[in-house]
Amino acid sequence: MQEQNSDHSIIKFLEDSAKCSMLRFSTAGSVDDGKSTLIGRLLHDSKNIYEDQLDSLMKRSVKRGKESLELALVTDGLKAEQEQGITIDVAYRYFSTPKRKFILADTPGHEQYTRNMATGASTADVTIILIDARKGIVTQTRRHSFIASLMGVPRLLVAVNKMDMVDYAEDVFVQIKKDYMAFAEKLGIRDVRFIPVSALEGDNIVTPSKKMPWYHGETLIEYLENVYNQADANLVDFRFPVQCIINPSANFRGYAGMLSSGVIRVGEDVLALPSMKKSKVKTIELHSVLNKDHQLSEARANQSVVITLEDQLDVGRGSMLVRPGNAPKVETNFEAMVIWMSEQPLDINKKYFIRHTVNEARVLITEVKYKIDINALSRKPGGALELNEIGRMSLQSTAPLFLDSYQANRGTGNFILIDPENFATVAAGMIMDRSSQDLELLGADSEKPRSQNLHHESGLIERSDREQKFGHVARTYWFTGLSGSGKSTIAKAFEKKLFENNRPVYLLDGDNLRTGLNKDLGFSAKDRQENLRRVAEVAKLFNEAGVSVICAFISPTVEDREQARKIIGDSCFIEVYLSTSLEICEKRDPHLLYQKARQGEIKNFTGISAPYEAPKNPDVAIDTNALSIQECVAQLLRISK
Amino acid sequence: MITYLQQLESESIYIMREVAAQFERPVMLYSVGKDSSVLLHLAKKAFYPGKIPFPLMHIDTGFKFPEMYAFRDEYTKSIGAELLVYRNEKAIANNTNPYDLGTQQCCGQLKTKALLDGLKKYNFDAAMGGARRDEERSRAKERVFSFRDRFGQWEPRSQRPELWNLYNGKVAQGESIRVFPISNWTELDVWHYIHLEQIPIVPLYFAKKREVVVRGEQLIPVNQAAKVFPGEKSEEVLCRFRTLGCSPCTGAVRSEATSVEDIIAEMMTTRTSERATRIIDHDRDGSMEMKKREGYF
Ligand SMILES: Nc1nc2c(ncn2[C@@H]2O[C@H](COP(=O)(O)OP(=O)(O)O)[C@@H](O)[C@H]2O)c(=O)[nH]1
Repeated sequence: MQEQNSDHSIIKFLEDSAKCSMLRFSTAGSVDDGKSTLIGRLLHDSKNIYEDQLDSLMKRSVKRGKESLELALVTDGLKAEQEQGITIDVAYRYFSTPKRKFILADTPGHEQYTRNMATGASTADVTIILIDARKGIVTQTRRHSFIASLMGVPRLLVAVNKMDMVDYAEDVFVQIKKDYMAFAEKLGIRDVRFIPVSALEGDNIVTPSKKMPWYHGETLIEYLENVYNQADANLVDFRFPVQCIINPSANFRGYAGMLSSGVIRVGEDVLALPSMKKSKVKTIELHSVLNKDHQLSEARANQSVVITLEDQLDVGRGSMLVRPGNAPKVETNFEAMVIWMSEQPLDINKKYFIRHTVNEARVLITEVKYKIDINALSRKPGGALELNEIGRMSLQSTAPLFLDSYQANRGTGNFILIDPENFATVAAGMIMDRSSQDLELLGADSEKPRSQNLHHESGLIERSDREQKFGHVARTYWFTGLSGSGKSTIAKAFEKKLFENNRPVYLLDGDNLRTGLNKDLGFSAKDRQENLRRVAEVAKLFNEAGVSVICAFISPTVEDREQARKIIGDSCFIEVYLSTSLEICEKRDPHLLYQKARQGEIKNFTGISAPYEAPKNPDVAIDTNALSIQECVAQLLRISK
Repeated sequence: MITYLQQLESESIYIMREVAAQFERPVMLYSVGKDSSVLLHLAKKAFYPGKIPFPLMHIDTGFKFPEMYAFRDEYTKSIGAELLVYRNEKAIANNTNPYDLGTQQCCGQLKTKALLDGLKKYNFDAAMGGARRDEERSRAKERVFSFRDRFGQWEPRSQRPELWNLYNGKVAQGESIRVFPISNWTELDVWHYIHLEQIPIVPLYFAKKREVVVRGEQLIPVNQAAKVFPGEKSEEVLCRFRTLGCSPCTGAVRSEATSVEDIIAEMMTTRTSERATRIIDHDRDGSMEMKKREGYF
């Protein structure tokens, strides 16, 4: 929150903050690692504590014999309740900076930790794992990291706290980082960042530390403000569980629900489950004061809308709309990893209720294959799960469910179990591909030699080995921009420069793929999307082989680019936006395409008759109208270091 | 990209649709305040172009401001919602008031008891309310679906874990669920949304010259219900209300904010939390927790 005075600035503020995105994160740490202090520091230094609250905190700090504000008291509510024996799963806190809105799921660390942390992590975009610099990685650290990875949190931030107690020494931080990476790899956690902090002194929380000049990375708040989470939702597989029917009159029948994943547009084909009947989307609606016909042209993951179809189908609550070529499995038998959350242990003879998306059925647990020893991160024999235990089991439901694996779809791969006697929520589950080994989840036996823990698809040479050998971190430079914006020209010059600098690099452009690998594809929206998907897959293979790739494609939609980012991996994907204006591109018109598009000879031409969605936060933006080719290349070289 | 307000809106709509589908007799508690206005607006959106498929219930203490009654009747009628009003008539007839009984006891009679009786009378199995987690410390851990036993009471041990967006609304006969669809909204989000969606609110939120008694830090509105202590004199002060409750227990704040934008600008600069202006919370530390256990929101 910042100071605002005049009317003008408040309107600007409202406009800006209306465009803000949201980040949900959870925290995990052992007791006394400084979690409360860290949260207090974060809220205090980002000016998110009201004055009256600050006064009362100050008074309580003084009462406790402190001369300055005791930051841990900010979240004190939890502790006091804990002492009174009140169970708290998760306390939610809300704060914001001009860049982002945050929802923090704060979980107190005590015995019920697995259940609490899983609850907080289930919706988190980031989990902050706290490590005490003096202690390094402890059993709890592994446990928390495992739960975060089990819950599919897309990325972890390791905050190495109490750096003041180790003289802000770089080697302490580096060693912890190294130790952590060694086991994170086994858990299959891909995106991990590390920040050395002192929650007590405020180093690298909101203010960059003066005591750690050796650290050049982001502060905690910078990380939270900037980390990219828009591609986390699965935007590929359209899943629309129908919550209820909106049927005010004979001529309106709409299906109300929230997209669990994917994107859908007016006119597209859909398939209704379980009836397997096909239809087309007639309208997508959401009541709006600004848009008088209340109609949308598309809806995407996590949006609540009403969909109407061209045909009368037998669709009710619990039905799911999907795309004809992309449906989940419709099955009664499945496997899942389950976290038990009730004091009453699992009862093999009970027919639990299962709630999966908006569907409900009864299930029997036919087998508990094994339990997980969460401290040793190894398997132990199956049996009735007890509170806070995790196990892999087979289930059988009385009615077919529409199942995606949790790994493929965090929105539709989860469920809860409900006790049929007292209706308590007793477990949370994540659907597993039956064939898939949960090596990534498990890190299997930490005792086994490393080579046995490799994923089955990889050889003996890891990507990091190649990178070390070639002295080069392979990345994909994804050029996007209008036709004529200079993508190919700059891409070629950049490729040449990298090559001259002895960097393995390869340029992928439309033609060299369309004449071979993609020659079965046309230019429909669907084929274009598929074209880009294949490009991204090829780029990923090149990257894995240690070769950087430059891709030059118009890739007009955010969705296209997000798909590519997802395939290639956030950390390797560099979005290069050729921001040359439409006016200039049209003036250049090297192949007279714009002219033809204007005359209607080319349909769906980006910029003229089809939209171009400019990237909001590209890694580089280049205006070829303002810069020479050399200058553009120089700009790219700076970020390729 | 989906902006954060769209995300909050979508989530709240999703929750309301779950309530409509999972329960037999849901109700939306309508308190006439800004949060209720947002709640009602979201309900309209969730079922558009259909009608809101549940009634609204206002728990009336008889101590609400006249502007609130006028707004309540007009607004609910204009959107075609079904409004039920429930009062603890016996307590009202017995002249229950906060001066003689104290705020806590008075609330217990006119709000908590009335609410429980009202829910029972109509046999509601789910009651949606506009409470937010950021309002008060004890609410931070509240579930979206909050379980109540047969006596309408909140028992921490029987609260259900809530993961992802899976809400368990199963209850046995007599038990019920309180649902908070705007749990994740902050005060600022509510105002911002009112601004964007042009949602009507009670005029008491806007600054006007009002007759008040200045008592310490507090501005006590003067009307038929409010008591003026000996030696106190009322005066006209330009002020507004940040939260709306019963007139004897709701303080005003000095303000010049006459529009939603002004209010937001004011919030950015005054930087005190909204409940600081509600006399009701000054009773005793942790008082909310106790009220909640007894069945108050
Ligand atoms: N020296 C130092 N002490 C810290 C730091 N962060 C927290 N502490 C102290 O560690 C103790 C436990 O902190 P607290 O935040 O209550 O831990 P929690 O149990 O994880 O919430 C308190 O005495 C804090 O003052 C830090 O960065 N440096």
